[in-house]
Amino acid sequence: MTVPALPELTPVPELAPVTAVENYLTDDMSLRSWLFTLDHKRIGILFIITLTLFFFIGGAAAALIRIDLIDPAGLAPPALYNRMFTAHGILMVWFFLLPIIPAGLGNFVLPLMIGAHDVAFPRLNLMSWYILAISGGLAFAAIFIGGLDTGWTFYEPFTADFTNGHVIMALAAVFLSGFSSISTGLNFIVTTHRLRAPGMTWYRLPVFVWTIYATSVIFVLATPVLAATLLMSAVQRFLHVGVFDPALGGDPILFQHLFWFYSHPAVYIMILPGMGVVSELIPCFARKPLFGYEFVVWSSIGLAIIGFLVWGHHMFVAGISVYSALVFSMMSFFVAVPSAIKVFNWTATLHDGWISFDAPMLYALGFVILFTIGGLTGLFVATLGFDEYVHDTYFVIAHFHYIMVGGMVSAFFGGLHYWWPKMTGRLYNEWWARIAALLIFFGFNLTFFPQFILGYLGMPRRLYAYPPEWQFWNVLSSAGAAVLAVAYALPLFYLGWSLFRGERAGPNPWGATGLEWQTPSPPPKHNFETTPIVTRGPYQYTPEPIPQNA
Amino acid sequence: MTRFLPYTASTLSHEVNWLYLGLLIIAFCVLLLVVGMMATFCVRYRRASATVRGGPVKSFRFEIAWTSATFLGFIGLFFWGAFVYLDARTPPRDAVPIYVLGKQWMWKVEHPGGQSEINTLHVPIGRPIRLVLASQDVIHDFFVPAFRVKYDVVPGRYEDLWFEAITVGRYPFFCSQLCGTFHADMRGWVVTMEPADFAKWLAAQGPSESLALQGKALFHQYGCSGCHEPRSTIHAPLLAGLYGRPVALQGGGFIIADEAYIRDQILMNKHIPAGYPPKMPHFAGHISEEDVLKLIAYIKSLASAPGSAR
Amino acid sequence: MAETSSAPEPEIQYASLAHQGETAEIGIWAFLSTEILFFGGMFLVYALYRQAFPIGFAEGSKDTKFIIGTVNLFILLTSSFTMAWAVELAGTEARRALTVLLLVTAALGLIFIGLKGFEYYEDVWIDHDFPGIIFPMSKPDARANELFWLLYWMLTGLHAVHLSIGVGLVLTFAHRAWRGAYIRYGKPIEILGYYWTFVDLMWVVLWTLIYLPGRNI
Ligand code: HEA
Ligand code: HEA
Ligand code: HEC
Ligand code: CUA
Ligand SMILES: [Cu+2]
Repeated sequence: MTVPALPELTPVPELAPVTAVENYLTDDMSLRSWLFTLDHKRIGILFIITLTLFFFIGGAAAALIRIDLIDPAGLAPPALYNRMFTAHGILMVWFFLLPIIPAGLGNFVLPLMIGAHDVAFPRLNLMSWYILAISGGLAFAAIFIGGLDTGWTFYEPFTADFTNGHVIMALAAVFLSGFSSISTGLNFIVTTHRLRAPGMTWYRLPVFVWTIYATSVIFVLATPVLAATLLMSAVQRFLHVGVFDPALGGDPILFQHLFWFYSHPAVYIMILPGMGVVSELIPCFARKPLFGYEFVVWSSIGLAIIGFLVWGHHMFVAGISVYSALVFSMMSFFVAVPSAIKVFNWTATLHDGWISFDAPMLYALGFVILFTIGGLTGLFVATLGFDEYVHDTYFVIAHFHYIMVGGMVSAFFGGLHYWWPKMTGRLYNEWWARIAALLIFFGFNLTFFPQFILGYLGMPRRLYAYPPEWQFWNVLSSAGAAVLAVAYALPLFYLGWSLFRGERAGPNPWGATGLEWQTPSPPPKHNFETTPIVTRGPYQYTPEPIPQNA
Repeated sequence: MTRFLPYTASTLSHEVNWLYLGLLIIAFCVLLLVVGMMATFCVRYRRASATVRGGPVKSFRFEIAWTSATFLGFIGLFFWGAFVYLDARTPPRDAVPIYVLGKQWMWKVEHPGGQSEINTLHVPIGRPIRLVLASQDVIHDFFVPAFRVKYDVVPGRYEDLWFEAITVGRYPFFCSQLCGTFHADMRGWVVTMEPADFAKWLAAQGPSESLALQGKALFHQYGCSGCHEPRSTIHAPLLAGLYGRPVALQGGGFIIADEAYIRDQILMNKHIPAGYPPKMPHFAGHISEEDVLKLIAYIKSLASAPGSAR
Repeated sequence: MAETSSAPEPEIQYASLAHQGETAEIGIWAFLSTEILFFGGMFLVYALYRQAFPIGFAEGSKDTKFIIGTVNLFILLTSSFTMAWAVELAGTEARRALTVLLLVTAALGLIFIGLKGFEYYEDVWIDHDFPGIIFPMSKPDARANELFWLLYWMLTGLHAVHLSIGVGLVLTFAHRAWRGAYIRYGKPIEILGYYWTFVDLMWVVLWTLIYLPGRNI
């Protein structure tokens, strides 16, 4: 494969220097106009606000977890502890990390990136937000009022018969949130297929669009299986019939198969969009085209496909046969190849670049390092003989936090900073932003690196109390969590401040390529005054940005 | 146990430690490569540096190179892990069975000699031990970090795990699968002993009937003997010599009569052996997991009984 | 009515009405793939348990109301025919015929739901085949039998929900068709047709899973 032939470089056309007076924010300022908006940009912002709220609630639960674990005897009563990690897992996975980049940032920038005036089905888009907000509220109620303590995995038969929490309500909440996932995914698939601007061929799409596309495919194909599974779980609890309950003739392992058939592909929903964001940031701040564009693109699609074939690696010691364990382990190694390709391509992009270290770039570099550590330890747990020991210990906890928090959350922050001027028309304080990025990196490692050691020492997860020998590492981890809490709260302040006092941003403060930067900041109501015509591929960066009056 | 490493108390522990070391070295090299390259590039090609930048680099060769390198590395890791796992999952034939029953929130251990203990497990060193795991309620997971073994304990079926302890000592074990409020308290100690001490310990547990003898009593109590004795009028199979043999099933096929088979047979009469009427009642809900274990021990003890030709 | 019969404007994000129509077509296919996996999850559970408990499933199936199920099968097949016909007429001047066909389709759907309701009534009040609450544990292989009935209720229940939504949609579209909304632009009817046919096809699958095992026909 070679890079498709591209027409010669044409400089980014100069755009009106001043922020457009009429834009999507000023168009109609009433609350009503926000609640009934069909504008993808506004819906994206609604998503970001709602999901950030859930992130902080989930983060508060994490704070309680870490506080409890300072003392080996456990500071919280066990029932409370179990509710906290359940709340933490459910809120973080379904009500923050899955939708945040696709439905939040993606909603805002994807149509801009492909030169569309909106997504294909704006009403569906708005519905998706309402469903998510309502189901999030329901989950919150089920967890905090109903005392749910099943863990985010809802394993059977515990969920069916042995817990008193409001399980059915929680299952209903997650079930409902699935409609939101599906609507969003469907919308983006169709939008990417049909609404690209003239000249925007598939190979001219930014990688971000490709990764959101791959993510959407997983949304549409995996979510319904989870929905069916949770429905059966709820019905069996309600009617006391044994679909998964062995005492009534069901098979609890079947539940795990179905759950992970969804949840493994879902972890790629929780990383692919982050990879997309980073693939935008690194070329922009290294001022170089992305190395191996097609490889990055096709490895994303490959990840989405192979991701459907590895679910059994969560069940190596759960009672599957030795042969299936071998197959699933092998497949897990295969699924790591596309990720390796991406890591190497990002690194190679830096070569011969003109690198600057603005806040988004710091997040992107942090992403690559932390994702690599998380991914490498993913290989540890994919290695059968090793997982047989560390399954369900803190080693696994550390593995996925490295990817999900170190990787995906960093990518979200990177993307948020990168597109902030576009969304709000304002620049934030660069100095504070860099401090926050560095603090997050430091706090993160302090929190989660000790958990690898705890994992190999054999500390099982979901324990409110543990033997005193392990206190040292737990205290370190809790200290890290405190740093992390401060670091995550910082952006609230300086970003909030920039909304009112920040310097006005020009259309293209980073000198970036990409259609979203060719329209004013903030963009007008329907994105582009005239439909753009695309004549070249993505990431045509030159050492010096075309002068901007940003 | 050190601050970085757990106790190393079984034959498997060493294998897993080596695997860990190998993985660490590989991961460290890869990380060094990636972070090293990133750092070098970030310094050399920072915006302010005057380093001369070369022309565009052909990407294809690099892509092929690193993709195939990772691929080969992965295959190697897969095989190493698979061998350790296969070892951990295949108990030697002569392993001594000990029954472990998990319930919310305690572990009950039954030795073949009838000695039972709660939240402790005494085992001799230098001898392979096979734990037969059963659960009364939800999924638990029996996990001994010092031995590097763990396996889920799933209700409705038997799982097993084996180990061979090599050092004398006292090591904690845990429940490693969320099983309810007091999941964290479902832990205890494995005590490993010299075989001679172990024999003394067994003897000191007071007069107890062996599991098989207790099972024999239950066999009469639950009325099994009414059908499964030679003089019975019902055409039911004799159970002597059953354990470990292939059983021909009605409708074709064979199944090895292991513990799980006998358990399923007692509780839900899952398979019908060829040539017999499907007359056996289901005992699910009437016989506890613990008694099932005893009945199985009894049926196993019949294996060597004289005249057990089937 | 004449004023509504002009072609509608495409939404802002589309270049033309044709563009909007093609987009909706991809949308419905993506939606149907979701639906297939949704039912697929339950079919998988059904298949595994039927494999594990062949006798219980056969026994359970013997108590289903074969006649009603089969009559319903033909009703839905007929409704798909009228639906397909309606799709043919959409985008033409045949406003009246289109409306009638849609109404016939909806009526067939309603008859299906009525018969299904009667079947449910018999299941519950006459045969007590409702798992968990009143299920007769004296039946042969009762647990597996109950599992069969659980899947029966879930699958047919979800199907009925889909069909009811379909009837609602068809009626709405019939109303609009009468007002002449599809004379210039028939795509919405086509999209509706995909959905309706899908629900019909699901019944064909359900029919084989539910009414046939354990029967000698
Ligand atoms: C965003 C989320 C995310 C992502 C992307 C991944 C990615 C991967 N995960 Fe992870 N995983 C989770 C989230 C995620 N995981 C979660 C939430 C759990 C626990 C769920 C629970 O039980 O609650 C889990 C659990 C989990 C398990 C089960 C552990 C257990 O419970 O016992 C396993 C086992 O195989 C696994 C493997 C992998 C692998 C092989 C990858 C790979 O895709 C990683 C690929 C990336 C790389 C490999 C790094 C880059 C590569 C290079 C730089 C190449 C060079 C390397 C070499 C030559 C060695 N994961
Ligand atoms: C998907 C995303 C996601 C994210 C972002 C996080 C973020 C964090 N997680 Fe979480 N975690 C999961 C997903 C995630 N986690 C999942 C799926 C599980 C498994 C659950 C299960 O077992 O069922 C888990 C489990 C889990 C455990 C194991 C619990 C157990 O098994 O017993 C721990 C323990 O340390 C932990 C810690 C943390 C910490 C410290 C953060 C931090 O990064 C959070 C930092 C954020 C904040 C702290 C909030 C911001 C700041 C404020 C609100 C200011 C106020 C704060 C204070 C006063 C402290 N997580
Ligand atoms: C009413 C008579 C009856 C009683 C009581 C009974 N069984 Fe059975 N059992 C049978 C019959 C008949 C078969 C063979 C056909 C079948 O599996 O139904 C059988 C099969 C078995 C088998 C499988 C044997 C093989 O060859 O594969 C085992 C093991 C067994 N029974 C154990 C027990 C135990 C233990 C009890 C008491 C708790 C018990 N049975 C009580 C009638 C009975
Ligand atoms: Cu038993 Cu956890
Ligand atoms: Cu996984």
